[in-house]
Amino acid sequence: MNVTVEEKLFQNRYKVDHGRPHISIVNPDVSTHDCRTQPCTRICPAACYKAEGNGTVSLISDGCLECGTCRIICSEHSNVDWSYPRGGYGILFKFG
Amino acid sequence: MEKFDAIVVGAGPSGNAAAYTLAKAGLSVIQIERGEYPGSKNVQGAILYSDALERLIPEFRDEAPLERHIIEQRMWVLDDDSHIATNYRSDAFNKLPYNRYTILRAQFDKWFSEKVTQAGALVICETTVTDLIMDGNRVVGVRTDRENGDLFADVVVLADGVNSLLAKKPGYQPEHKAADVALAVKEILFLPQETVESRFNVKEGEGVVIEMIGKITQGMMGTGFLYTNNESITIGVGCMLSDFKESGVSPYLLLEKMKAHPSIKPLIQGGEMKEYTAHLIPEGGLKAMPQVYGDGWMIVGDSGMFVNAVHREGSNLAMTTGRLAAETIIGLRQAGKQMTRENLAQYRAKLDDSFVMKDLAKYKDMPGVFHANPQFFTTYPELVNNAARHMLTVDGVDKKTKEREILKSFTASRSLFGLMGDAFKMWRALR
Repeated sequence: MNVTVEEKLFQNRYKVDHGRPHISIVNPDVSTHDCRTQPCTRICPAACYKAEGNGTVSLISDGCLECGTCRIICSEHSNVDWSYPRGGYGILFKFG
Repeated sequence: MEKFDAIVVGAGPSGNAAAYTLAKAGLSVIQIERGEYPGSKNVQGAILYSDALERLIPEFRDEAPLERHIIEQRMWVLDDDSHIATNYRSDAFNKLPYNRYTILRAQFDKWFSEKVTQAGALVICETTVTDLIMDGNRVVGVRTDRENGDLFADVVVLADGVNSLLAKKPGYQPEHKAADVALAVKEILFLPQETVESRFNVKEGEGVVIEMIGKITQGMMGTGFLYTNNESITIGVGCMLSDFKESGVSPYLLLEKMKAHPSIKPLIQGGEMKEYTAHLIPEGGLKAMPQVYGDGWMIVGDSGMFVNAVHREGSNLAMTTGRLAAETIIGLRQAGKQMTRENLAQYRAKLDDSFVMKDLAKYKDMPGVFHANPQFFTTYPELVNNAARHMLTVDGVDKKTKEREILKSFTASRSLFGLMGDAFKMWRALR
């Protein structure tokens, strides 16, 4: 498939709260060593999570659609600290 | 510190219905919304069912930003390169009052919120509620991310959507199970109005919806949809989150593949994509429903799992639960009663008495049946499409032989007992 998620997200409007991500990985070691499948790296609809070559998981939440998927699928490890962005920040849907 | 009669958290359909009803009855209401404007955080397909809104705002048709009223519903069952369809189109749907419309939620919610303000509620945007303020077991207010942002009220209505982080903090609601929520992704594709109308054989203001089931979900429990708006088409696909997790299928690639299906591609050809969204839908039904009221608090809409997944209904349940919660509060105030758990149980009684709980009770076994029987999303779509292709291909084979072969293909994939069992399971779950 030639279309990348970045091309899709490019159409969206965001107000990024620089330096204050609203999602974080609680313990990176758990992602690297204890989580074999790392489903967040495939299921996040905005591809905010990336499986790095060295086995770690990186997270950049700027393109987050605030759906909540990553928090719920992380049921075995509860390794996602998830809150809403500060008021007014984050995704701003034009059509919804 | 100023104290309100009620705080409503969230300005989606349930929160707006609650705030509107409360304010109209003269209560002092403050509504907190984290988006830049009401609607800017909200996602839906979106179909608006008139009835629930009409009970709140009878004149909505003259004012609300509506896209098209639906005159035709198509149900498609797809395999990899074909689909078998039922269409229901009726001129009865073309007569006022129209039963349902396509809407764009960002625009619709903004309008709805203006009605809430006009009714007298104080609507505060760009403010996130971060916690509930408790006095023992009783909710007495909310903490926001504004400076000195604590607010107090007799009752807090949680209309904070599917993730409902607030209800989780005091343990009113456990974290959702992946098997109880669906993840849907969609795009809005813009096309000239005339193109939409000629492609879907409708006139100005008339619309078509297509609901799809089959191999587009790649074996996962879920559905696809295509809705016609005025100058755009909304196309999306949603599957149970547990199935996404197990399959490892990427949601946006699933949508890309669906858009390339030979039955779908010509309908969206040339559409200019202007937004990509993702959203969770609470589809666990009655069995996954949390406690929806307690001392000083109530839950409405998606936060309370008020979604009828079988009939693709959610926003109407949201508006109805919001209205019923508000009417409960108004009734208690008029009777001079406190917003205690015991008194707010009237909300549950009102819910039980409405279509909301009656429908959720009717379909309480559906999620389980579909989870346990993925053949409804894989084997059957393929079998019926093959059967149609076989019967409709003229190749010198007589029809009786074709029928025998089709029956054989069904029993080979599912066995006669399997077929009868599936029919029984569906009947039991739907009756």
